[in-house]
Parts: sequence; C-alpha cells; structure tokens
Amino acid sequence: MQREADLASHSAEEPTRRDFIVIAAQAFAGVGAALALWPFIHQMNPDASTQALASTEVDLSPIKEGQAITVVWRGKPVFIRNRTPEEIKKAVDVKLSDLSDGSARNDDLPERAPATDANRTKKGHENWIILVGICTHLGCIPKGQGLSDARGDFGGWFCPCHGSHYDTAGRIRKGPAPRNLEVPPYAFTSDTKIKIG
Amino acid sequence: MANHESTYRPTSSIGRWMDARLPVARIMHAQFVDFPTPRNINYLWTTGGLLTFFLGVQIATGVVLAMHYAPTAADAFNTVEHIRRDVNYGWLMRNLHAVGASMFFLAVYIHIARGLYYGSYKAPREVLWIIGVVILLLMMATAFMGYSLPWGQMSFWAVTVITNLFSSIDSIIPGLGTRIVQWLWGGFSVSGTTLTRFFSLHYLLPFVIAGAVGLHIWALHVAGQNNPTGLEIKTTSDSVPMSPYAVMKDIFALSVFGLLFAWFVFFLPDYLGHPDNYIEANPLSTPPHIVPEWYFLPYYAILRAIPNKLLGVIAMFSSILLLVFIPWLDTSRVRSAKYRPVYKWFFWLFIISVVALGYLGSKPPEGAYVIWARVFTAYYFLHFLVIMPIVGVTENPAPLPRSISESVLGKGAAPARAAAPLGR
Amino acid sequence: MTAKFCATLGAAVLATGLAAGAGALWAAGEETHIERQPWTFSGTFGKFDEAQLQRGFKVYSEVCQRCHSIKRLYFRNLVQPGGPAFSEAAIKSLAGNNYQVDDVPDEQGKINKRPAVLADSFPPPYPNEQAARYAQNGALPPDLSLIARARGIDAGTPFYRVPDAMLRDIVSGYQEAGADYIYAYLLGYADPPAGMKMAEFMNYNKAFPGHQTAMPNPFLAGDGLVKYDDGTPATVDNYARDVIAFLSWAADPMLQERKRLGLLVIFYLIITAVLLGLAKRRIWREVH
Repeated sequence: MQREADLASHSAEEPTRRDFIVIAAQAFAGVGAALALWPFIHQMNPDASTQALASTEVDLSPIKEGQAITVVWRGKPVFIRNRTPEEIKKAVDVKLSDLSDGSARNDDLPERAPATDANRTKKGHENWIILVGICTHLGCIPKGQGLSDARGDFGGWFCPCHGSHYDTAGRIRKGPAPRNLEVPPYAFTSDTKIKIG
Repeated sequence: MANHESTYRPTSSIGRWMDARLPVARIMHAQFVDFPTPRNINYLWTTGGLLTFFLGVQIATGVVLAMHYAPTAADAFNTVEHIRRDVNYGWLMRNLHAVGASMFFLAVYIHIARGLYYGSYKAPREVLWIIGVVILLLMMATAFMGYSLPWGQMSFWAVTVITNLFSSIDSIIPGLGTRIVQWLWGGFSVSGTTLTRFFSLHYLLPFVIAGAVGLHIWALHVAGQNNPTGLEIKTTSDSVPMSPYAVMKDIFALSVFGLLFAWFVFFLPDYLGHPDNYIEANPLSTPPHIVPEWYFLPYYAILRAIPNKLLGVIAMFSSILLLVFIPWLDTSRVRSAKYRPVYKWFFWLFIISVVALGYLGSKPPEGAYVIWARVFTAYYFLHFLVIMPIVGVTENPAPLPRSISESVLGKGAAPARAAAPLGR
Repeated sequence: MTAKFCATLGAAVLATGLAAGAGALWAAGEETHIERQPWTFSGTFGKFDEAQLQRGFKVYSEVCQRCHSIKRLYFRNLVQPGGPAFSEAAIKSLAGNNYQVDDVPDEQGKINKRPAVLADSFPPPYPNEQAARYAQNGALPPDLSLIARARGIDAGTPFYRVPDAMLRDIVSGYQEAGADYIYAYLLGYADPPAGMKMAEFMNYNKAFPGHQTAMPNPFLAGDGLVKYDDGTPATVDNYARDVIAFLSWAADPMLQERKRLGLLVIFYLIITAVLLGLAKRRIWREVH
C-alpha cells in the first residue's frame, strides 16, 4: 500500500514529464487501432465481382414492335417492352388525376416528378418502356411479358398474386399495389443499346 | 477470485448502480489494474498478452472470412480466391488469418519455453500448467482443421495422412481404427463431407479456447505470476501494480511483435505456407512430399522416426501429453533454471532438439535424416522422463536471492510492509 | 533481461524461419540449380511494370492460351489499377470480338454462345478435363491463374546454411520462387543427354523434376514469334520474362496495394514502437 502510494504521489509530482510521452504514445497507438477497424467494416460492402454486375447492357435491336423481353439487373427482373403506337397513345392519353400514384418513380428523375408517360420514358425513344418487374405490393413478378400473358384491364401488366393492374406505362391503376412500377436508371448508349444502372 | 481488499470506488452513479448488480468493473480493477505483478518479470512475460491479442485477431478475421467462404468441396478453393481477389480487403483478412496462426504458435512456443525455463509449472501452478496444455491441444486441433479449409493439395493430403493415423488402432482392436477413421471422415475417404464438418468445428473451437483461457487467467491470478527468480512476492516492494506497469510493457511488446507480424502479412504472406496449397485438392494425385505447417513439424518428425505405425502415433501424442506430468517429473526444489547451473544446459539441449526435429520434419524420411530424427526423439523423451527427475535431485542449485526486490535493487533494498494476500 | 528476451525471440524467429523455410520451398528441381531472376515486382518496393504486363498478356493470348485456361482471371481485371491497366474500351472490344462464353439456356434449353463482357472470366480452351487430355496425349495443361504461386524451389541447402538463407529471404521479402522456377522451365528445353531414354510424347527439360515434361517448348519458333509494338526486343528471353510477370500478376493481383499498405503499416508501427518504448521507460523509471 505504502509503495503504491509512493508511486502514485511520485507521478502526481511530475505529471508533465511522464504523461506527455505516455499520452503521445497512447494516442498514436490508438489512432492506428481505430484506422485498423476500417478494413473490417469495408469488407462487407459489395465486392468487385458484385460491382461488375452493377450495370447491365442490353441490345434492343432483336426486340420487334409489340415484343417484350425480361433481363436481370442487380438480381432483379427488368421488363423491356417495345410498345406499339396504340399502347403509347393509351399511356399518353391518361389524365394524371385518374392515377392512383401520381409520382413518376423514375430513378433518373427527382422524387416529385409527375407520372406522365414522358417521365416514364426517354425522349426520342418513347416506344421503349423499361420497368423493374417487381410488383410494388408484395414483390411478385407481374405477368404481361409473354404475348399470350394476361395483361390486365389496362393493357400493361397484371399481377396474379393479389390482382394489381398496371397500364402500358407500368403505372398502377387498379388493385392493392401502392406505387407505379419503378423505372430503373438507364441510358441509351446508342440508338439500339441501353445500359441499365 | 475477487480481492476482498479491492480499492475500486465507483465514481459515477451508473458505476455504483452496476457495482451493486454485476461488479464487472470491480473485478476488472482488482485483477487487471491493481493486481500486484512481480517487478522483475522480463519481456518473456509479455507472451500471455500477445497470445490473447492473437486469439482476438484470429476470431475477428475468421468471422470476417466466414462471411465470404463456402465450406464445400466444390466451392472452398474458389471462395478463397474470391476473397483474395474481389472482396474489399479480402486479401488482407486472409493474410492476417493465415500468418496470424503462425504468429499464434510462435508466441505459444516462446510462452511454453519461458514456463519450462523458469519452472512456472511447479506448485502451486500445476493446474494452470495443465490448462495450458489443454489450450495447446485445442490450438493444434483448430489449426489442423483450419488448414484443411482452403482445400488445396496440401490441405487435402495432410488431412488424409493425419486422420489415417487413427487406423493404427486396428492393430490393437481389429476394425476399431477403421471405424473411427470413417467416422471422422463421414465416408470412405476424405471428402467434402469431412471439409464441412471441419469448418463447423474450426469455428467452434476458438470459443472453447477462449473459455479455457479464462480458466487459465483465473488459475494464474490465484497464485500470481511467476518471475525469473522463482520466488514468491513477499513484500510490497517486490511488486508493482499491473496497470500501468505491466500493461504498458505488454502494449510495447505487442507493437514490436506486430512489426514481425506485419512484415509477413504484407511482404511474405506465402512464406510460411506451401506452394502446393495453391493447387486445388485432387484425390487422385498425391504431392511428392506431404508436409504439415511449420508448427507441427517437430511432432511430425517424432511420428516418422518410429518405424512402427502405432508406436509412432503413440510417440507423437505422448510427446504432447507428457507435458501434463512435468510438474511431477521435475523434482527440483528450486523453481527457476536461472539458479540451476546443470539443468540449464539440458534445457538448451532440449530447445536445440525441438528445433532440429522441426527441420527434420520438413525433410524426406530417408538416410541420415531418419537417424538424426531418432536421436533427437530419444533425447526429447529422455529429457522429460530421465533428466528432469534425476537432475532435480542431484544438482546443487546456485544460491537464491533473498527476495525479488533484492534481485532487482541489490542488497540495499529498504524493507517494506508485507504484501496483501492474493486471490481468495 | 532485455538481452535474454532478444536472444530468445531471435532464436525463436530463427527456428521458425529454419523450419518454415526449409519446409516451405518445394522440390521443383532437385539437382538443378534454379537461378534467381530480377523481377520488377520483387522485394519491399517491388511494383509491376504495366507495359511488361501488357506484353505478357499478348504472349499469353498468342502462345499459351490455346492449351492453358486462366479461369480465375476476369476481363475486368485487365482494366483495374495494379495490373496491365488496359483501357476499358480496349478490353470490352477484345472480350466481345475474340471470346465466346456460354449463354443462359434458351427457351428450348439449349446453351448457345454469346460474346464475352467485362464481367466474364476467361473461357477455357477445352470444355472439361477429359477434352483437354484427349487433345494433349493424356496430359492436362494446368490452369495458369495461380501457377506463379503454385511452384517453388528446393535449393537443397545444407542444414548449417539454412538459418542464413532463411534470414536473407525473410529480410529481402523473397516470394518469387515460383516465377524463378517457371523462367528456368520455359527456357530449360534442350536435347536430352546422350543415353537418356525419353518416354513417348515427352520433352526433355532441365528444370522440370525428372526432366521429362509433357509440354513441348512453347517458344520453339524462336525470336519473332510474338510481335511487340512498344519497341521491346522480340526475343524468347523477353517473352518468358514478360509472360511470367503477367502470370505473377494474375496469381496475385493485389500485390501492389499490399506492398504499398505494408510500407505505411511498417512505418507507422516503427514510430509507434519507439513512442511506446519511450513511454514504457518513463513509467518504469521510478521502479528501476
């Protein structure tokens, strides 16, 4: 006890001489220990092989008017349909006030953009409608891609799980789904090729 | 275990609230802050702290690797490559884990050598020592199974060779050895089934080790640390509080050992391994020379030194199990070899033998290599079974200092109050 | 006390190096002495030479690729920093124009081929091991993704020289035994010595253990086999060095990042160790 008291009082008498180097050393060591934490955290972020699949390129030239294909992007189905002029007109003619969900849900546009057909497609390529094929209700994949598939009351897509009807611009018109089908971020890299993501 | 004279005084109201319900802070304070530590322990006593750090490193990096690794024959090798190439800092995690295992064993062998030299196994630390042997065995099992996980050529064939050893039991009870081996394998040969169960156990055992380490530290704190004189702490001038003295020393030693660790992790990651393990496991092609990792080489040499399969296996396991009996095999009244002029020579002869056996374990079992392996194996067993008991009673130890503080400060040390009792 | 610690630690490290080094390097040329080669990527400050890796890739694709797969390499790896660092556009067109990979099954369940993209790995020259062996007289050309790490050298060092050799290797950071062996192998083709009976389809090689290898000399055509666009002399020796540098990168694409971070960590730890050592001495000053 006495010895410990001696040691303690000794340190109290000369704090600056002993504490500075001790504090400096501990601070230096501590910073390194903190930095060493980063690799342990970062290793859980998407790795290089996943990043490589963050974008998908699609060649649209084989898709004829009226046809549709489904591709995979980031593990999700994406509907790509080459709409007929009738389908385009039907989508353009819809009044915004008739829509259950008035937001464009387009990842390339701000939150509040209205759900006009123009905001659901790219300028100059209005015949192409590209949508994430996951029903916004509970996640089923709606029918409508195949030529003989049911398309629902609005000619777009129909989700068989709980009866949601989407129109030719992929907007929810009837049924329990709360939001329009999401339009993923994409761009035309040439007249016939797109890059999604 | 808690020191009844604990000087811990909680300073905050939360501190007082917890102290009345679960006095963790009080125990930590008594055992790791206040704890009287011999003032003369040298840097060999930092190995305990190093080992705890490396156990932590292995568990942390291991858990991270398990997020990306698949323990199946089809995917194991591929996922390890995925970790090396694609996972963010995956290469670093993998190098830390692989090199960390070697550092873990390097530290444990220094730790054991320290215990052997200074008589840290002698009463009242026999149980502490035995728990240590248990930890060593658990470490060896963990490392053996861990090495199988990359599913390279060496992984596969090392498992095949070592598990096949159990079939030697057939020469005692016909059929039993083969049944045990097939039970271990989960089949008629080493396969993905074996790999998957080894992964499960490899993930489990480090936590068993952690529990054993807890017991190890508990047993240590009952008796207190040994020190180079082998004398017990008698007065307060013999000891210093663990924090900051021993703690600062441990952290400093860690930074130096860390330099060695970092050197291998960043510049020599495959040095301690084997090129054949970068070839996918092929059950139809045996590598020309099968060798275990360096930390198993001495036991491998002992195994191959004995021409009979069963006796070789018995010798190999005995070489480790023998350690358990050292507290009773060593008859010396004096703890520390510092004061045992005759035994000191034999200790170094033992170290040379183990190093030589390590070298011989890496060589093909032919010619002069076999002869020397037998010589050093003989010495290994002689050291424990003959030399320790005999030298202990026959040698004349050097005079011991009167106290720890006398050994540090010289005869002019001022007498101080008797030290508070430890433990209880 | 400190001296004893240093001596014990030194002995332990030496013992580790002794046992490890002696066991780790492997029998790839028992009686043949394999020379060490200068590599730009060896040692603490080693880096890959981008131009060399690009030439090495050219050699691989024109000479080795027809028999040897490199299935762990992805086209995107050729673009990432730390490697040959080709432009993304160049590799996109290389992949799309020259390599076909299996597509997903079509509506009839047939598997067609499609042009490769960056995210694909290099398709193998043979669809499976049996096809490879059939085309190669029963021999299987190994995949080259890890070949530079999967080979080593047993220098046959006598035991009393082992501690010294290990210490030198550890201090210099020698990890290029695979590269050195493959260099000796690629340039080790020669006529068998008089009286040696070669097995059918086998070729004599000075570096290969047993001296009979199933692979024929890939550079038999000699200098000029591969055209280099950057002015480097198109010699067999350069082909070997360049392709081995490329394969060393393929086996360890993170090498540059690893050594860069390593220098920072070592530097940091040296400073930390010095500071902590001083702090320890200050704290212990009263006690000693």
